[in-house]
Amino acid sequence: MRQLYRFHGGIHPPEFKELSNGTPIVSPPLPARLVVPVSQHLGAPAKPCVAVGEAVLKGQLIACADGRVSAAVHAPTSGRVVAVGEADVAHPSGLLQTCISIETDGLDAWIEKTPLPNWQEADNETVRAFLRDMGVVGQGGAVFPTALKLGVSHLDTLIVNGAECEPFISCDDRLMRERAQEIVEGVRIAGTLTGAREMLIGVEDNKPEAIAALTAACAGTPIEVVSVPTLYPSGGAKQLIRILTGKEVPHGMRSTDFGVQCFNVGTLYSLKRAIVDGEPVISRIVTLTGELERCGNAEVLLGTPVEHLLAWAGVNTRCDGVIVGGPMMGFPLESRVAGVGKAVNCLIARSDTLLPPRPPAMPCIRCGACADACPAQLQPMELYWHAKAREFGPAQEANLFDCIECGACSYVCPSQLPLVDFYKFAKDEIWAAERDKKAADRARARHEFRQFRIERDKTEKAERLAARAATPAPAATPDAAKADAIRAAMAKAAERKADVAPPTEDAKRAAIKAAMARAAAKKAEQQDAGTPPKPALDDAKRAAIEAAMARAAAKKAEQQGTATSEAEAVPAPAPKPAIDDTKRAAIEAAMARAAAKKAEQQSTATSEAEAVPASAPKPAIDDAKRAAIEAAMARAAARKAEQQGAAAAEAEAAPAPAPKPAIDDAKRAAIEAAMARAAAKKAEREAQKGQDPQP
Amino acid sequence: MMYAPYLARPTTVSTVMFKVLAALLPAIATSVWVFGVGVLVQLALASVTALVTEALMLRARAVPVAPFLKDGSALLTAWLLALSMPPLGVWWLIVVATAFAIVFGKQLYGGLGNNPFNPAMVGFAMAIVAFPAQMAAWGIPHGPLSALDQLGWIFARELPAHLTLDAISSATPLDYLKTHIAPDMSATQVMASPLFGHFGGAGSEWVAFAYVAGGLYLLQQKVIAWHTPVAMLGALGLIAALMHLADPWYYSGAPFHLAAGATMLAAFFIVTDPVSAPVSARGRLIFGAGVGVLVYVIRVFGGYPDAAAFSVLLMNIATPLIDRYTRPPSFGAANRKRKEKSR
Ligand code: SF4
Ligand code: SF4
Repeated sequence: MRQLYRFHGGIHPPEFKELSNGTPIVSPPLPARLVVPVSQHLGAPAKPCVAVGEAVLKGQLIACADGRVSAAVHAPTSGRVVAVGEADVAHPSGLLQTCISIETDGLDAWIEKTPLPNWQEADNETVRAFLRDMGVVGQGGAVFPTALKLGVSHLDTLIVNGAECEPFISCDDRLMRERAQEIVEGVRIAGTLTGAREMLIGVEDNKPEAIAALTAACAGTPIEVVSVPTLYPSGGAKQLIRILTGKEVPHGMRSTDFGVQCFNVGTLYSLKRAIVDGEPVISRIVTLTGELERCGNAEVLLGTPVEHLLAWAGVNTRCDGVIVGGPMMGFPLESRVAGVGKAVNCLIARSDTLLPPRPPAMPCIRCGACADACPAQLQPMELYWHAKAREFGPAQEANLFDCIECGACSYVCPSQLPLVDFYKFAKDEIWAAERDKKAADRARARHEFRQFRIERDKTEKAERLAARAATPAPAATPDAAKADAIRAAMAKAAERKADVAPPTEDAKRAAIKAAMARAAAKKAEQQDAGTPPKPALDDAKRAAIEAAMARAAAKKAEQQGTATSEAEAVPAPAPKPAIDDTKRAAIEAAMARAAAKKAEQQSTATSEAEAVPASAPKPAIDDAKRAAIEAAMARAAARKAEQQGAAAAEAEAAPAPAPKPAIDDAKRAAIEAAMARAAAKKAEREAQKGQDPQP
Repeated sequence: MMYAPYLARPTTVSTVMFKVLAALLPAIATSVWVFGVGVLVQLALASVTALVTEALMLRARAVPVAPFLKDGSALLTAWLLALSMPPLGVWWLIVVATAFAIVFGKQLYGGLGNNPFNPAMVGFAMAIVAFPAQMAAWGIPHGPLSALDQLGWIFARELPAHLTLDAISSATPLDYLKTHIAPDMSATQVMASPLFGHFGGAGSEWVAFAYVAGGLYLLQQKVIAWHTPVAMLGALGLIAALMHLADPWYYSGAPFHLAAGATMLAAFFIVTDPVSAPVSARGRLIFGAGVGVLVYVIRVFGGYPDAAAFSVLLMNIATPLIDRYTRPPSFGAANRKRKEKSR
C-alpha cells in the first residue's frame, strides 16, 4: 500500500451522487442550434475564424487560439454559422461573451480527422501546439490550457485527478467506469510527454467501480490507481498532491516547482482523443442531476443550450434555478439559453426541497469550526471579520489569497455565514484597487511627461526669442512681427478647429460611453435602492454637458496624440447601439472612471477644488473638467449602489426574524456590485431580480 | 438564488448552545441533590432575568429579538452564572448579577459574538466585588433546610425558628483552607475537616464530577475542543503538585485544587466559551494554561478564595493578543518561506 498523507480539515457533505451515477453516459439529441463560446478556457479568447453563413463540418476549427495562453474552438457538429457575437454563457460573471452560433444540419458530418500518430517522435513543442489547436483544456473546472501544463520534463509524479469530491457530480466517475482504457492511454501519453517518473491516478474510495475499471486498464502499465479516503475537497489539485505525495504546494508557487503536475481524468481522456483519434474537443461529459426526471450523465456537444438539456432530461416543476458545477463551488446559471462550455461538469436543477436555503445568518461566535475544516489551514473567521470591515490589508496578511474558495468553512459554520461570498468580495475589491492604482500610475506618468514637454517647449521658445532678439532687427520688424503673430494665432485656431471637427472614433466613443455609464449607473442605483427616480437634469442641459464631454474627449484625444494610449485605458469593443442593458453599468462606470481620471489629470493644473458637482454648463474652457465631474458622478453612483448593498451586508450581522429575501438580495447585490466593478460582473441584473429568486 | 456553497451543515448557534445547556444537566441534578432546590430557584431567577434583560436590550439596540432569544446564549450565561453563585443566595443577588452580565458583559459590546469577556464571569466578578458578604455564605451540603424553608430564606431571608445562620451556611472549602492554615496547622490537618469530603469539598466534589461528565459529552459532540480544558487543568494540577512537593505544610496537592471550587465548571464550561477565548489550537492552549496558573496564584496568594472568574477575565483581556501571535501557518507556508529564503 502506498503511504497516503492527510490534508488539514475537510468535510463530509452528503454526496447525492447516487442520483446520477447509476446509469451509463448517454448522448442527448442534437439541438437545433449550438451557441459555442470562444472563451472556454483560461487565457485569451480564441479568435473566430469563420464568417456568418459559412457551412462548417463537425470538428472544423471555428476559432483559433490567440497566443500561447489560449486554446482553439471547433464546431461540435456540422451545420451553418448563423451568428458570431455576444451571447449568454455559463460563466459566474453572467456577462455576455463572444459566441459562435451554429445551426445544426442533423448530418453530424465529420471533417477529416487529424491525429498525431507519431507524437512520440515529435518534439514537445509540436505536440503542445497540436493540443492547443485541438482545444484541449483542463476539464476539472479551471480550464487551463493543457498544452501549457505539459511544458515540463523530468517530472517526479504525474497525478491524475479522479477524486471528484464534490457532491452531485459523477461525470468523471462514469467516464472512469466506461472509458478507463482511453483514460489510461491519455495518462501514458501525458506521462511520456512530461517524462514522469511515476504516474498516479487518485480516486476517492466512494467510487469502487471506477477504481476497479481503472485498475484493470492499468494492468501491465507503470500507472498506479490509488484509492484515497473520501473527504471534501480531496479533489482540489493541491489537496490531492498532498494526499498522494505529502508535498504542500503553497499559494503562489507551481506544483512543478515540486516536481508534480496534476491533470483531471477528463482532460487526459480528451488528450487521448485528440492525439490518437484526431478528434478535437467538441463535447464533454456533463452530469445532469437534481430536480430532473432522468438524472444521469450525458456526452454533451459544446454549445448545447442548457435549456435543451433540461428539457430533454425533464425538469420537475419544483426546480427554481440551475447550478453550474457542484453545490460547494458552483454558481447560479444566469440564463438557460447559455451554451455548455468545457468547464461545465455538472448542472443541478435546484429546489428548496433538494437544497434547503440556509437559516438566517447569526454573528460569528468564534467557534473555530471553520478553521478546523479549512483545507488551506486558514483562520476563515479572521478573513471574514476583515472582509466585512473592508480591512483588505489585514485580510491579505491573514492569507486571504491562499483561500481556494472550497466552501468547507461556510458548510460547517454554525452561524450559517456565507463566508465565501465575503472572500470573493474582498479579493475582487483588492484586484479592483490594484487595477485602479495601475491606471492612475499610468495617467500620472503621462501627465508628468506632458508637463515636462510644455516646460521644455516654453524654455526652447524663450531661448529662440532671446536668440532672435540678439540679432539686429530689420526695418519692417514691428509690422512683420504683428503679422507673424496674427498668422500664428490663426493657424493655431485652425489647427484646433481641425482637431475638434473630425473627432476621432475613440473620442466619440469615450463620450458616448461616459454618458451611457452615467445613465446606466443612475438607473442601477435607483433599481437597487428602490427609490423613485431623482429629478433628472433637463434634456437641454444634459445635451450641453454631453456635447461638452464629447468636446473634452476630442480635446483629450488631441492632447494625447495617439489613439493607442486611449485604447489602453478604454478597451473598447465595438459598442452596441442603444444599450440600456443595466448589467453593463459597472463596466461602463469603470471606463468612465478611467476617462475621468484621465480628464482630471488634464485639469489638475487648474484646481482640484473645482471637482464639485457642476450645476450648469460653463464655457468651453471647463469642458475637460466637467467631463471629469460627470464621470466621477457616474462612478459615485455605481459606488453608491454598491455601498447600499454593503450596508445591507452589515445588517446581515443582525438578521431578521425570518429570512428576508430582500435583505439577502441586497447583500448579494453588494457583493455583486463590487464584483461587477472589479471583474465586470452583473450587479444590476441581480438587483432587478430582487424579488424574484428565479433566473 | 443563493451563492455557493448550497449545502450547509444543519448545526446552528442554537444547536451548539442547547447542547451545552444539556451538558449542564448532570451537574444541576447533582447540585440539587447536594444543596437542595435552592439551586433550581437560582437557575429560574437567572433564566428569567437573562431572557428579559436580553430582550429589552435587543429591543433598545433595534435588533430583531426573536432569533437572538432563541439562540440560547442568554440562557447559557444565566445557567453558568447561577451555578457559580451561592445556592442559597438572596434572590436579588442573582437577579442583579445576571442583569449585569447580560447588559455590561454582552449587549453593550454588541451582543452575541462580540463580547470580549465571558458574560457569566463578568456578572460573578461584579457580585463578589460589590456584595462580598452575600457571596460568602454558601449553604452547607445536605443542609437542614426543607425545600419550603429554602424558598423562604432565598426570598425573605427568613429562617425557621430553630435554626441559625451558622447552621445552614458555611465557608467554602477554599475559604476555610485559606483562613485556617497556620504554622501550627498544616494543610493536611485543615483538610481533615469533614467539610473537605474526599478530594475537594464534601458534596461539591460530586458536582465537580458531574461537570466532567458534561464536559466529556461536549468533547464527544465536538462542541468544545480539548485544548482549553486540558491546558487549564494541566497547568493548575502541575503547579499545585509542584508547590505541594516544595512545601506540603502550606500547600495542598493537585487533587484538591482540581476538585475544589469552580475548577471543573470553569475548565469545561467557562474557558471553553468560544467568543471570549482565542480561536487557534495553540492560542487555546496558552489561554487555558494561563487561566490554570492564574487560578492557582489568586487562590493561594491572592485576596479572593476562588479565582476562576478573575482568571478568566484576565485571560480574556489577552485573547486578541494571543490570537494575533498564534495564527497557524497556512497550507504550504513552510515551503513558501524556504523559497523566499533561497532567493
Ligand atoms: S464557523 Fe462560523 S461562527 Fe464559527 S468561527 Fe467560523 S465563522 Fe465564526
Ligand atoms: S473557502 Fe477558503 S477559507 Fe473557507 S475552508 Fe475553503 S479555503 Fe478555507
